[in-house]
Formats: sequence, C-alpha cells, structure tokens
Amino acid sequence: MGDKIIKKGQLPNVLKALKKTYEVFVPVREDGFYSFKPLKDEEKVDLSFTNTRLSPKSLVLPQSERMFEFTLDEKSKDAHIVKEAPKGYPPKVVVGIRPCDAKALRLVHVNFDNPEFRDPWWIKRLESVTLLGLGCNEPCSTCFCTSVNCGPFNKEGLDVLLFDLGECLLARTPTEKGEKLLQLGRVDKDADSGLKKKADELKTRAEKKIGSHVPTDKLGKKNVNDLFDAPFWDDVAFACINCGACTFLCPTCWCFDIQDEVTKRQGDRIRNWDSCMFPLFTVHASGHNPRAKKVQRVRQRFMHKLKYYVDKYKNGVACVGCGRCVNHCPVNIDIREVFRLMND
Amino acid sequence: MEQTDKISEIAKKILEEKTVDLVIGFKKGTLPTMREPVLIKDAERTDQLYWDSFCFINLASYLPKRQEKIGIIAKGCDSRNIAVHIVENQIKREQLYIIGVPCKGMVDRRKIIPLLDGKKVREVTEPDEDITVRGDGFEHTLKKGDYLQDNCIRCMHRNPVIYDALAGDLVEERKDPDPYDDVKAVEAMGSEERWEFFSNLIKGCTRCYACRNACPLCYCPACFVDESDPQWVGKSIDPTDTMTFHILRAYHCAGRCTDCGACEQACPVDIKVRFFTRKLNKDVLDLYDCEAGLSTEERPPLDTYRPDDYDEFIR
Amino acid sequence: MSDNPYLPFPVRIQQIITETEDRNLKTFKVVFINKGDEEGFHFIPGQFCQISVAGKGEIPLGIASSPTENGYLLFTVNKTGVVTRYLHNMKEGDTIGIRGPLGNWYPWDKMEGKSVVVIGGGFAFTTLRAGIVYMLHPEERNRFKDITVVYGARSPGLLLYRKEVEQWEKRDDVNVHITVDATDDPHWPYNVGFVPAITEEKITTGENSYALVCGPPIMIKFTQPVLEKLGFKPEQIIISLEMRMKCGIGTCGRCNIGEKYVCKDGPVFSLAQLTELPQEY
Repeated sequence: MGDKIIKKGQLPNVLKALKKTYEVFVPVREDGFYSFKPLKDEEKVDLSFTNTRLSPKSLVLPQSERMFEFTLDEKSKDAHIVKEAPKGYPPKVVVGIRPCDAKALRLVHVNFDNPEFRDPWWIKRLESVTLLGLGCNEPCSTCFCTSVNCGPFNKEGLDVLLFDLGECLLARTPTEKGEKLLQLGRVDKDADSGLKKKADELKTRAEKKIGSHVPTDKLGKKNVNDLFDAPFWDDVAFACINCGACTFLCPTCWCFDIQDEVTKRQGDRIRNWDSCMFPLFTVHASGHNPRAKKVQRVRQRFMHKLKYYVDKYKNGVACVGCGRCVNHCPVNIDIREVFRLMND
Repeated sequence: MEQTDKISEIAKKILEEKTVDLVIGFKKGTLPTMREPVLIKDAERTDQLYWDSFCFINLASYLPKRQEKIGIIAKGCDSRNIAVHIVENQIKREQLYIIGVPCKGMVDRRKIIPLLDGKKVREVTEPDEDITVRGDGFEHTLKKGDYLQDNCIRCMHRNPVIYDALAGDLVEERKDPDPYDDVKAVEAMGSEERWEFFSNLIKGCTRCYACRNACPLCYCPACFVDESDPQWVGKSIDPTDTMTFHILRAYHCAGRCTDCGACEQACPVDIKVRFFTRKLNKDVLDLYDCEAGLSTEERPPLDTYRPDDYDEFIR
Repeated sequence: MSDNPYLPFPVRIQQIITETEDRNLKTFKVVFINKGDEEGFHFIPGQFCQISVAGKGEIPLGIASSPTENGYLLFTVNKTGVVTRYLHNMKEGDTIGIRGPLGNWYPWDKMEGKSVVVIGGGFAFTTLRAGIVYMLHPEERNRFKDITVVYGARSPGLLLYRKEVEQWEKRDDVNVHITVDATDDPHWPYNVGFVPAITEEKITTGENSYALVCGPPIMIKFTQPVLEKLGFKPEQIIISLEMRMKCGIGTCGRCNIGEKYVCKDGPVFSLAQLTELPQEY
C-alpha cells in the first residue's frame, strides 16, 4: 500500500470509523500530563503532546494482570488446581504512539516470545493491538533516540506511521495490520509525490533536531567483567534512592513479580510489575541477597540495559532514548552519563 | 548564588581539616532544573557543590546507618529530619557537621512547565528574589515566591534548627496565620466526599514507592509493603492496597514528618501525597502540641511511653 | 500439554518422607493427575521444576528423582519460607502443581567415556541424587568410567537419602565417601571432615574426569581450589546454582547473572562459564 493522506479535518471521521472495530486509545491530558486513555470524543483529539508520562507498555503488559484462578474449596473437584483466568483480547488501536515506544515493544518482545518459551498473554495482547504512530516533528531536548537505533520517524514496531505535514497527515504503513487499519478507517486518498517528499524532508529535519547523543559503539566489544568492576559505579549510584520511578516509566523495562492472593476460599495468581531497584527483588528465602547493596542494584539496571541485553540478543541496547528516566528521576541520575562512562 | 560559595568554602575547610571524612551536598545536574546529590571526599572537588532553589531532595535520607564523620548541607526541614534521625538512633550527633542553609523556599519545577507551552528549558538563573527561565525563543522572569513548592508556601521553619555552621544569614520566619488551611478544607468534607477525594488523589499511583524512598523517615530495612511473610499489603495496583499503603505510611510518619515535600517532588505521576501526611502532622500538633525535629532531646510523640501518662488506656 | 508455560500440571502427593532429624527436610513423591501430562514430561537429571501451591506461590526445586524411576517424581523440600512451610504441613493425597522440566541439565553427553566425581553438601544433594541414580542404572552405567561420590552434611542426622546413600556405599560400581563435619557418635562408620578436605583426601586425579558440584556457597568456594589442584579443567567442573526465581522460564528478569538467566541458561554452569560472568550470586 502506498502512502495515504488524512486531512486534519477528516481525522475525527477516521477515528469514528475505527471505533466500530477497535477500542481506540488516544493521548489525553489529565492532572498535568498525558496518558493513553480510551477515546471519548473524536472531535476533541489532542495530538499536540510530546509524549505520555507513562509509556504505553501497560496496554500490552498491564501493571497488574490476573494469570490464573483457583478455588481452595475442598468440596470442589478442582480444589487447589490452578486454572487459566478467562481473558479477552479486544482489538485496540493506540493513536499517536511515538516511534520510540513502538520500537521498545519490539525490544521487549524477544523476552516474551522466543524459541523456548512463549508468553501467551503478551503475544495475544500484542497481536490484538494496532499501533498508529505519530512521528515527532519537535523532539524533546532529552530525546536521544537516534543514538540507539531509533529516531523520530523510525518505523520499527509501528503498523502505521503518521507524518504531521501541517494541514494533513501522511500515513505510511509498514505492516499489513496497518493497511487493514487504514482500510477500516476509510483512508483511501493517495499521497502525491510532493507530499511524500515533504514527509521525507520532515523526517530528516526532525532527526537533525535531536540535540542529545550518546555513544554506543564500544558497548558490545567491552568485556562484561571490566564494565562490572569499573570504578565509576559508586559515583553513579550514590544519589539513587532506589525508588522504582525509572523502571515504571521505562518502555523497555519488563520485570515482573508473581503473587498469589486469596480471599476466603477463592484465589488468583497475579502478575505485577516489579523493579530491580527494589531491595527485595533478588532476596533468597534463606535471607541471602546477591544485590543487597544499592550500588549493586543501580549497576544491574544499567548493565542489563546497556550490556547484558546487547550480549544476549545482539540487537543493540535495551533503551530507545525516550528520555523519561532522565526527566523524572528525582535525583537526576542520567542514563546518558552512564552510556558515556560505559562506552569510554 | 552566594550560598553556593559559602557552602563550598565551609566544605573545603572541614575536609582539609579532617573534621569530616566526606561531605554530602548537591551538584549541578544534567537538566537545567535538576540538582544531583553528591558525595565528596576530596577537598579539591568541593567546587562541584551547588545550591539554589531546585535542591528539593532531603539530604537527610542519605544519613541512616553511615559510620563516617559526615558534613551535610541542610535547609530548615532537612535539619529537623536530622534531629529526628539523631533521636531515632540512625546517626550520632558527633558524626555530623551540619552546614545549615536558611531557606526561603524551593521552586517547584512543575509549576513552571505550564508557562512554557511545551517548549523546553535550557537555562535557569536566580537573580535575587526572581527566577529567570530561558529556552529556545523565550525568556521568562518570574517572582520566585509565586512558584514555590506547596510545602514551602506554608513553611514555618525556614531556618535550620540544628547546625554547626551557617551558609547564609538567617531569614525571617513566616508569620502565617494558618499553615493548615489546606488540611482544614479536606477535614470539612463529609466522609463520603473525603473518601472520593482521596480515592481520586491516588488513582494514578503506580506503586513505584518513589515517595517512600525519597522520605528520610522511611529507612526500615524491610518496609511493611515488601513483607511477604505475613503479607500485609497486596502488591498489585488494586485501589484498596494502594490506599492502605498511603494511609499506613502516613501513620508511620505521624509526628516525625517535617513536610519537606521530597515525597511529592519525587512522585513520577505528580500525586499530592502530602494530603495524607499533613493531616496527621496537624493532628499531632493539635493533640500533643508537637512538631517533629525541633529538638534532639524529645522523642516523637507516638513512640513516647511514660508510666504516668495521663491517658489510662496506654498505662 | 499446555501451550501456556506458566500453567502448572496438577500432581498428587503420594508420599512424604522426613529426611533429616531436625525435620526441616522432607521428600515429596508426587504423581501426575493427568496421564497426558505425565506422558509429555521428559526430563534429564540436573533440571528443576517450579512447584506450585495454589494460594501460596511457587518455588524452584531440583528434580531429585532420575528419569529412570518411572511413575513418580521426587522433590526434596527445605522448610524455609512461605511456600515451603505450607508444603511441610501438607498431607499425602493433597494436590499441588508442577511446571517443568525447566532449566538445563548436567552435561551427560560430554561426560560419556569419562570418570565422574559427584560432590555434594547438605541439602543441595537433590539433583545430584537424580544424577547418581541415573548413572547407576544398568542401561547407563557403561557410558561412564569411574564414579565417585563425596557427600557430606553437618551431622549424621542431616544427611539426605541416608539409607540409599549407605546402599550405594556398599556397591562396587561406585565409590561413595560419606562424611560429616562433626559427630559425637563413636560408632560412626564413615568419614569425619568437611567436604573439600575429604575430596582432597579421596580423589586422586582430575584427569579425564568431570566434577559435579552442588552445595552451599562456602562449600563450593573451598572445593574449587582443591579440584583445580587435582587437575580438573574449568570446563569440567560443573556447578548447579540457585537463585530467587518466579517465572522459571527467563521472562521475569530477576534471576540473572550477567546475561544468563539461572532458570533458563542454567542452573547448571561450568566453572569456565562462571568465571566469564560477573561475580554476583
């Protein structure tokens, strides 16, 4: 499918048409920041945001998710047997997701879908979500996506990529899922070569606007123990208060915890987001904790994202340069500084 | 700011003279409105130290259980938390050299953002009582007093209560008629309305525990929410569990909280968690005439036991 | 067979055997409730399962039985936390769940034609039992040359599988050295001494041999130099590690050592592999 055009005035109609098939999520400003929420009024869609405070990963990996249910009622023949909790995966479309967050989902995907094990909930949920991305005309001063195999108009992970050309949006569809979406949205006006050229120029301009860069070329070649034993970790880690803010905002963080919760004779096995920053993340029942000290936990976070993931999957770092951790770390621990220290 | 110079000067001296083994303060961060807590052992590096109205983290959080002799920068609220730490045996007075900084309030970077219309700040300077914010194609000069953190607007203890040296002249304390007007507004609500108010307040909570970790009072090796044996609080974002966490944490801080605001500033989803703690601060003041951290001689009211307590239930 | 790797197979506790005199270790003999699950379950000694207790949680436990033991699985449980305490109070006939087999296994293919020295300490002997029973099986015994076992505990009452180990001691196709750190039993027929010391005493050479080591970190720490001195190459010293685990399938992210997940790339590692990884375990 070639590039299509959506006139800005037409966008509400497109969304209205999509609502018939999908649950439509759009960026909504509430309490001072943006989050992806279900579309209420298609006439009032605000795409003027930079990015959402929390990444949209919760639409594929919910913060709390019921995995299984069980009964502890001895009278039941299924007592103590763990069973699948019924779930639905209604088709969703996320309108306005940024290329960094979409690429992040692909980076996380290898963790949940690999030859040995396939996480059924992640896979089904990701399949049910169509990503209608919006490229960034004005990247943030803290964005460094172009240094990490991404960019303000990167296609990876997106089903549709929108270029905001002012009066209209140019829609490029890297996947079949995206083509289907545009068909359902009744988007059929082809883009002429002039507009296509404008879109490409917009991409180049946006990439040049990225002011923040990090070096990554040496990370793969470095010896893991040299990095692990490096002297700079104490300095990097001092300010850290081991809160989970960075991990919970980060689009490429995926660690989770599994807990059983019981009320009377009924129970659920629940999966919740967890964080390597939390002191009890790795504590053994015996009391032994390989990462008892704060500096060990801080080091783990950066080593995992910038080294272990690189070595394990040979697909670059587990960071898309979205800048959320940089902007919201209460003590200003800056991952860009750590990139520089590790790549030195 | 002259306070920066004075702090560096004092820090250099106490390191050179080996009065302390290390100094904990702030250095300039990588973002114009952020400062990063830093630990300095080398007298030559004290020029890194920086102080301005964005130093909102409470440095007393870095003290518990440290064994060294420590020089620490403390504004009014921080110094009261240091007093609380001393009373609660988390650090010894003899270990500390407190560089007190009289403070007229920290600027809330989140209050400045709406002015910027989506544009990003490149530089921030503070000429006198003003604050100038510069970016691409804009410059705003604002009255600092209009953009203070919510806790600083009502601060009743701007000067450090305990210190070994001052990095600036003492400032006039606020003569606020009613520092708890915000709390009274919530108290005046009916119970259903109040429940709605608090449920709404924490609906976006992600249980990241940034508020707890930024708080100098929360130094328990295993917080009650982390315990699994027995499990007091569920770990999911179930609203009941989330409300339990916030209410119980506020109770654990009652009578010890100095309203430094680090919790609110650390929250990544901008929740005004101080509504929980301030209510209890007011209650402790009303019931026991106590404010946290004003003295190293007095124990917090909720951990004081006296056989001659006038309340029979506790005897 | 389910395509959901988080869903446990229901199993019934057929028998509970108290192993140690302090009653902190019990072996659970479990049988599959669904025949289909049993038929699809093929494991290799060294692997583990996530044992699921509905309402309490899951724990990783090495499979203590060998695939040559048909119709049941054995798991030896140390009472130490929420799930294990509950398990210890369960009864024969109760239902629990298992997920597996998970993890990798001892490198039996590489060990073919070589001598094998099994070194175990305390209650880390579980998967080693699986390995020994496997090797001693008539169909497997000829694949390996000499088999030596050094197994120690703090005191005689804390030895696992005591009767079985004493039976092995009497066999002539395996050299078994039982030891305790200390005992006040004047009739104790076996050795007294720490496992590393007994290893040094009884093992003559590491040439053409593999060492399977499993025990508390301190035992491994002191056994390692003994083995190196005897000439075992780092690729031939095999260690089974433990870590806090939740998913057991390498997705929850918590059990890593460097880029390796102990639940998926391990728990069995060679010393050569471990020295390449960050020392954080």
